[in-house]
Amino acid sequence: MNTPILQMRGITKTFPGVKALQDVTLDVNRGEVHAICGENGAGKSTLMKVLSGVYPHNSFDGEILFENEPCNFSSISDSEKRGIVIIHQELALSPYLSIAENIYLGNEQATNGWVDWRKTNLEAARLLARVGLDENPVTPVQHISVGKQQLVEIAKALSKEVKLLILDEPTAALNDEDSGHLLDLILHLKGQGVTSIIISHKLNEIRKVADAVTIIRDGKTIETLRLDEGQITQERIIRGMVGRDLESLYPDREPNIGEEVLRIEDWSVRHPQDHTRMVVNNANLHVRKGEVVGLAGLMGAGRTELAMSVFGRTYGTATSGKVYKYGKEINTATVSDAIRHGIAYATEDRKHYGLNLIEDIKRNISLAALRKLAKRGFVDKNQETVVANGYRRSMNIKAPSVAAITGKLSGGNQQKVVLSKWMFSDPDVLILDEPTRGIDVGAKFEIYTIIAKLAAEGKAVIVISSELPELLGICDRIYTLAAGHITGEVPIAEATQETLMHYMTKEKE
Amino acid sequence: MSALRESLGFLTSRLRQVGIFVALILIVLLFQGLTGGILLEPQNVTNLVVQNSYILILAIGMVMVIIAGHIDLSVGSVAGFIGAVAGVMIVHWGWPWWAAIPACLLVGALVGAWQGYWIAYVGIPAFIVTLAGMLIFRGLTLITLKNQQITPFPAELRALGGGFLPDLTGGTSVLEWLTVILGVGATVALLIQALKERRIRRKFDLESEPLVWFVIKTTFTALLMLVITFLLASYRGTPIVLVVLAALVIAYTALMNNSVFGRHTYAIGGNLHAAELSGIKTKAVTFRLFVNMGVLAALAGLVFTARLNSAQPAGGTGFELDSIAAAFIGGAAVTGGIGTVAGAMIGGLIMGVLNNGMSILGLGTDYQQLIKGLVLLVAVGFDIFNKNRSGGGGDIGKRFKLKTSPPPAQEKPAPATSEKVDAGVK
Repeated sequence: MNTPILQMRGITKTFPGVKALQDVTLDVNRGEVHAICGENGAGKSTLMKVLSGVYPHNSFDGEILFENEPCNFSSISDSEKRGIVIIHQELALSPYLSIAENIYLGNEQATNGWVDWRKTNLEAARLLARVGLDENPVTPVQHISVGKQQLVEIAKALSKEVKLLILDEPTAALNDEDSGHLLDLILHLKGQGVTSIIISHKLNEIRKVADAVTIIRDGKTIETLRLDEGQITQERIIRGMVGRDLESLYPDREPNIGEEVLRIEDWSVRHPQDHTRMVVNNANLHVRKGEVVGLAGLMGAGRTELAMSVFGRTYGTATSGKVYKYGKEINTATVSDAIRHGIAYATEDRKHYGLNLIEDIKRNISLAALRKLAKRGFVDKNQETVVANGYRRSMNIKAPSVAAITGKLSGGNQQKVVLSKWMFSDPDVLILDEPTRGIDVGAKFEIYTIIAKLAAEGKAVIVISSELPELLGICDRIYTLAAGHITGEVPIAEATQETLMHYMTKEKE
Repeated sequence: MSALRESLGFLTSRLRQVGIFVALILIVLLFQGLTGGILLEPQNVTNLVVQNSYILILAIGMVMVIIAGHIDLSVGSVAGFIGAVAGVMIVHWGWPWWAAIPACLLVGALVGAWQGYWIAYVGIPAFIVTLAGMLIFRGLTLITLKNQQITPFPAELRALGGGFLPDLTGGTSVLEWLTVILGVGATVALLIQALKERRIRRKFDLESEPLVWFVIKTTFTALLMLVITFLLASYRGTPIVLVVLAALVIAYTALMNNSVFGRHTYAIGGNLHAAELSGIKTKAVTFRLFVNMGVLAALAGLVFTARLNSAQPAGGTGFELDSIAAAFIGGAAVTGGIGTVAGAMIGGLIMGVLNNGMSILGLGTDYQQLIKGLVLLVAVGFDIFNKNRSGGGGDIGKRFKLKTSPPPAQEKPAPATSEKVDAGVK
């Protein structure tokens, strides 16, 4: 017992401008289930990509020993040859191929280049029995549930003689029953000698299966907790995950909160493909004039889905619930309805959903409210330039002119263009989804200042963020979401990272 | 030296627009030489305009559809179908031309609405819908014509294809004076407009075009217009279809540049999701684009039928390919979001000059098709090459270490500005 199978020493990985991992150490013992915990963006997935060879061995510093031998992987296939298999958050299955074909994809059971279907299907059936999946191997993968697809991924890993199985948020997309089954399987495989690394946000799951927990924060190893030493407790993990200093990176503001502007009642949204999954479940929340309200939650909690479903039903199906503005029910079934009722939503994904990157600054700013600039259907271009120049100054957008193409701006400046666009639509409620994602520290301060100013002007602002210090720094009140439920509503005076993390990891009763 | 550098930098940053224009001129000069001067003889210039008018009309609608990220393969069949409908209305039913033309445009709109419905509201890719349309409307053409051509058409309709504006001097003068007046007037209007726009750009500090280049470009365009005016005036004057085409180009350029609808079209092609999340009714815009394409295809069909003086079962075959090629040679992006009506016109003229020049030289359709295909490939290949080189910006100038604009300033923590954030107009 307690012989190490994997030792990662001094792992440092740098991306242009960012140190994603800094001197990270990870020790995993043979035959254990080792959990890795950390906030969104702490560096967990990067570490696993280093381990599995997605980042080749000369692109980072540090050494990796697997079964006491150094590893110099230059691709995933190298690590798989040694028995290290990673299963990503987004499943890598081909929906139109059968279960058996997926299991042996890239590893076809063939003689002289011809696939031996008998062997493929027989071997696949044997592997399916091992993971406890009662399905015919010739069934196309698209016909089985996400939970079962996850098991197919594990069967695929087993087909490669796996010694170390890495699961990146394996239960994020699963319902409770499937999650339970998967965790049982992990324990079952442990009995057969397979070592697992599991990345998860769900602390109760970690308590159920993990023999050890390594906590990563801001790209650094904080500590490794061991079950046999009685160290794995929820409080200890949370403290490790969030325990960083709150720096004064936020502008001062005196909140001047008025009447209620927007209220969302009994809001429920189902997953657009998997209609049995409730992505948002009976959510109630409100926001007042001049107030900045935070929405906190871990990956997959349903924050963005909640916001987008309110903003013109741009996410989900079978959406139900009511939206009130100044106490009157409003219809926000399309984006133009939502905009007309004074709601703006600035997306978390600027490049794909926020900006027309091949177009210039002024045309991006005017897009959501082009009719304000138009007479009889024709745009007053001079006025448009005047407006855009106004925002360029007030928002401090750094560009040679408003005719500059947005695709060439930095992340912070792109975000300012997105904010300008929505400010020009003159909303009463602004929903800002991860407004500082991918932006450097200096530009973050500017964005916070803009948010403070918007609130001071009497706008109601909802901020969605994965960074708890950010929410604590700029909000007046914070809602927490977990698995689609609103699990807490915390006034800023009572909010700490620990209380928020407690609510964010709370499972429904 | 720095002025030269600046001009060079500007030219390389707009290599595509400049290049296409230069390519047109080189092709004209090449064929002028090869044909021993026949290409630019007044009669041939007039022919060139009339022969290509229907492709250019189609290219206007096509470039709009392509900017929105779609394609229309059915326009040739639709043009043929409308020719057949016009034949039935005018020749068989005896409708007057002034009733038949609007009726045909209406049928074109309905055809466009049919295709637009499947594309915008059902969500079938435009490639499939219009491929089906290509077959459907060719079939309807054959059915309408019962596989036989309809002819002849009355002179009023034929004027749309081959007619000229009336000669003020009754044909006694060397130059046709109405054409001179129109040509010179249009040139003056163009100059005034160019100066006005430049003044406004300067006022808002948006001008990146060096003065030298502006002068060269504007003078050249003006001279070109005067030369064409002279050539047309020394033959039979202004073709009626040229007046129609000029009106369409002006109207659609304004529509695409300045109207809410045009802006929405570019936004949809540039980033569909961002457009949707900005409240643009993307389906309605797509639908209208195809209705518009249907109307323009109908107009092209009428011009073509009028020119041939007969509605033919095979009328319009291959028009879709010429108009799509015109749009792409003219700088439209395959992925949508980029393209101009003016570019598509130049693209169409390049194809037209190639056709005309090679025909004069007596090259068969075999070589004509070969060469046209290569030109299309090279033009779009050049775009892709240009894009890859600069990492997506379309800016070859970087290769020569020339900068047309200062690099974006480094972001630094800035203190809160005291200005009011909302600078919007009320």
